[in-house]
Amino acid sequence: METIRKLIRKQSLEKLYNNLAANRKVYAPVIAADKKAEYKYNPGFADVTFDHIRSTLSVKNIVFPKVENLFFYENSKTESTITDIDLDKIPEVVLWGAHPCDNAAFDTLRSIFCWDTKDEFFSRRLEKLTVIGLGCHSSDEYCFCTSVGLSPSSSRGSDILLTKLQTGDYQAEILTAKGNEIVSSFPDLFEPLTDEKVDITEVKQKFSHKQVTEKLAGAFEHEFWIANSLRCIGCGACAYVCPTCACFDIQDETKGKNGKRYRSWDSCGFGLFTLHTSGHNPRHVQSQRWRQRIMHKFSYMPDRNESLGCVGCGRCSSGCPVDMNIAEQLEALQNI
Amino acid sequence: MDNLILRAKELLENKTVQVVIGYEAGPTGVVRPAFISDPANADSLIYDERCVQNLAVYLTKPEVKHLGRIAIVSSLPVMRSIMMLISEQQISYDEIVVLGISADGVLLDIADLSVMQGYIDKSDLSNPVKYKELLAELKKLTPAEKFEYWQKELSKCIKCYACRQACPMCYCTRCTVEVNQPQWISVQSNAHGNMEWHILRAMHLAGRCISCGECGRACPVGIPCHLLTMHLTDQVYNYFKVYAGTSEKMNSVMSTYEPNDKESFIV
Amino acid sequence: MAENIYKPYLMKIGSIVEETPDVRTFRLIFKNPEDAEKFSFKAGQFGEYSVFGEGESTFCIASSPTRKEYIECTFRKAGRVTNALANLEVGDTVGFRGPYGNTFPIEQWEGKNLLYIAGGIALPPMRCVIWNTIDLRHKYKDITIVYGARTVGDLVYKQELKEWSERPDIKMITTVDPGGQTPDWKGETGFVPMVLEKAAPSSENCIAILCGPPVMIKFTMPVLKKLGFQDKDIYTTLENRMKCGFGKCGRCNVGKVFVCKDGPVFSYEQILSLPEEY
Repeated sequence: METIRKLIRKQSLEKLYNNLAANRKVYAPVIAADKKAEYKYNPGFADVTFDHIRSTLSVKNIVFPKVENLFFYENSKTESTITDIDLDKIPEVVLWGAHPCDNAAFDTLRSIFCWDTKDEFFSRRLEKLTVIGLGCHSSDEYCFCTSVGLSPSSSRGSDILLTKLQTGDYQAEILTAKGNEIVSSFPDLFEPLTDEKVDITEVKQKFSHKQVTEKLAGAFEHEFWIANSLRCIGCGACAYVCPTCACFDIQDETKGKNGKRYRSWDSCGFGLFTLHTSGHNPRHVQSQRWRQRIMHKFSYMPDRNESLGCVGCGRCSSGCPVDMNIAEQLEALQNI
Repeated sequence: MDNLILRAKELLENKTVQVVIGYEAGPTGVVRPAFISDPANADSLIYDERCVQNLAVYLTKPEVKHLGRIAIVSSLPVMRSIMMLISEQQISYDEIVVLGISADGVLLDIADLSVMQGYIDKSDLSNPVKYKELLAELKKLTPAEKFEYWQKELSKCIKCYACRQACPMCYCTRCTVEVNQPQWISVQSNAHGNMEWHILRAMHLAGRCISCGECGRACPVGIPCHLLTMHLTDQVYNYFKVYAGTSEKMNSVMSTYEPNDKESFIV
Repeated sequence: MAENIYKPYLMKIGSIVEETPDVRTFRLIFKNPEDAEKFSFKAGQFGEYSVFGEGESTFCIASSPTRKEYIECTFRKAGRVTNALANLEVGDTVGFRGPYGNTFPIEQWEGKNLLYIAGGIALPPMRCVIWNTIDLRHKYKDITIVYGARTVGDLVYKQELKEWSERPDIKMITTVDPGGQTPDWKGETGFVPMVLEKAAPSSENCIAILCGPPVMIKFTMPVLKKLGFQDKDIYTTLENRMKCGFGKCGRCNVGKVFVCKDGPVFSYEQILSLPEEY
């Protein structure tokens, strides 16, 4: 649909939020005890933050929970049975106030979960999701959305995108039918937009992702990988805070006869990830795993999933205990 | 600082070592580990109060060992980690040169293992002051309150294992959580599985933790998991009167038995 | 509900063959006849086999797609799932999902000679295509099978090895490593590459299919090259660790190639173009 721009006053935002939260799950950012932003379901409007730069964890868990049950089973030798998960029970969720990088990540995840074979768990969750995004009026040195084809005002992945106006009110871009449905339900809250200036931060471009992708095609054996991953300690923090990392493990867990098969977040940074039962490991040292992480996002995914595997949110770098700064490395890779 | 840089250059130039592990400020100003192989790059080495990561974690990393003999910038926790790694036969002192740094940031002349031993001997080995206060706060809680506190904290865990990976003592090539015959610990990250993991991790570090706090610092979601191991450090000291990483010949208190061991904690 | 791509078929173990002390072959029958009706696969494809409570394990379908009533799999007790599988009995339930992956291009091979070379537990991934081409025997010229194992006891499919060696339209060479022979062993004694070199099959109009442990591949490749085989006429399978089977879970890729989607069957020409991540 064609994008419609409207005005929503600051005080109307509260009404909109409260109306939505009255009968839906609304996932919104608040400032936690450690002063960092985190998303919670249906917090009071007074606690919802409009000024955070990035939450510690991304919001991918709405569509890709850290643990997703795939089915239940009863194991009784000759008569084992399987019980399906009722996907109709997946609730409607409104994601409120998430930034353009996080919202664009839903598209990236779709390119992984729905290429070739459609993953119902993911796609049903995505169908039930409505995104009311928030353009960024602040950013920091870890942000690099503009280097990966996005910007602090990108509307990709949002159904409605709110952008702060210099007056303190908000511009609402209505981008999809889902977004329009919300706006039509609360017509009184939206007014015609007069010519008003938006308050959007500037994020400096650090590298050209196209050049990085071109360079990576011939960089598999480059000495760069060892030299730049010596300090990597091989934890999964970068993958788990990342909004687009989708690697997963599948496991069973049983109590007595009954149990479940589930998938859970996994990380290419772990040695165990690719370890064969024989003991052989195709990626046996950390430099190979770090290479996989960068290659996957900036070379393999553009090639296989027609999508860049990174939205430039900077979480992997700000959350890394040893400052494996991905933007810095990509900038360097562009020039090898 | 200049002394450290000069010493690093000298060690690299006369080929005593092939790499110096120290600290540098990255392009965003964040202090991070540096691996200097070219003496010309030694000028980027820094040492100040921001240099807190326990660098000893790299002494058992294959790619780092592959570089050759290592000189390592070592504050007290790093030296104690080295002592632990030696006592557990993971490294030998001959493989490394210790660039000791005193608590007030002065380069020490650690000529050999006995000098390092002497330095450790005269240092305060109990938990660092800033953690002691937190531990004291926790001790005031009732068991039920404590359980609630940890359940809440551990519910944040995403099982990224940064706590394990950041710890110099967690050098096992196959961690217990990765063993699946039997599956000791639930793989998934939920209240139960997270609690299992953190209790297991803490217990495996009882009597081995040198109180650097690195596990808590590494945690991306801010769980103070270092308080678990530090509490055990206190407990071990109370019962056995030893601190980890204080002797190259130390046996792990949890895996050795002495006839005069206290038994009062056995229920 | 739409299809749950992670949900396995329930299979009943129809029979169990103890191939060696640690290798078993299961014949698996679909519990739901409708599933059996809809199911089809091609030679080279694999599946995820599961014991509920223990998890899934990846291996190829070892029976021929020309045999419709069942599928067979052969596995060695190695990890958690295969150990649990080995403890099952006839009549027990196994989960199976698949088929996944690509196939041996047997249509392209029509009118050619086929040379199968396998070592140890790597005969099972090849058994499917061997039987497939034997069942369509008239479409192919000479079929030669070279199979070796460490000892006589480690040879799998002993009954079939006998059957193949008795057939006049198959040239069967079986070998065991030096020291692995028994007093009544009638086959060759020697490593697969040496035995192959001695047999010296012609590379003329011939496709070589090679599966075995890395060390066997390493020493067999030069022999094949010496015999005049070109990279594009040599096929093998890659076996990286997998979980999902459809290119999502992220662990089996070799460079940008998903072993689960683009493999497991690769020509040696393709393998040479891949980074060494297998």
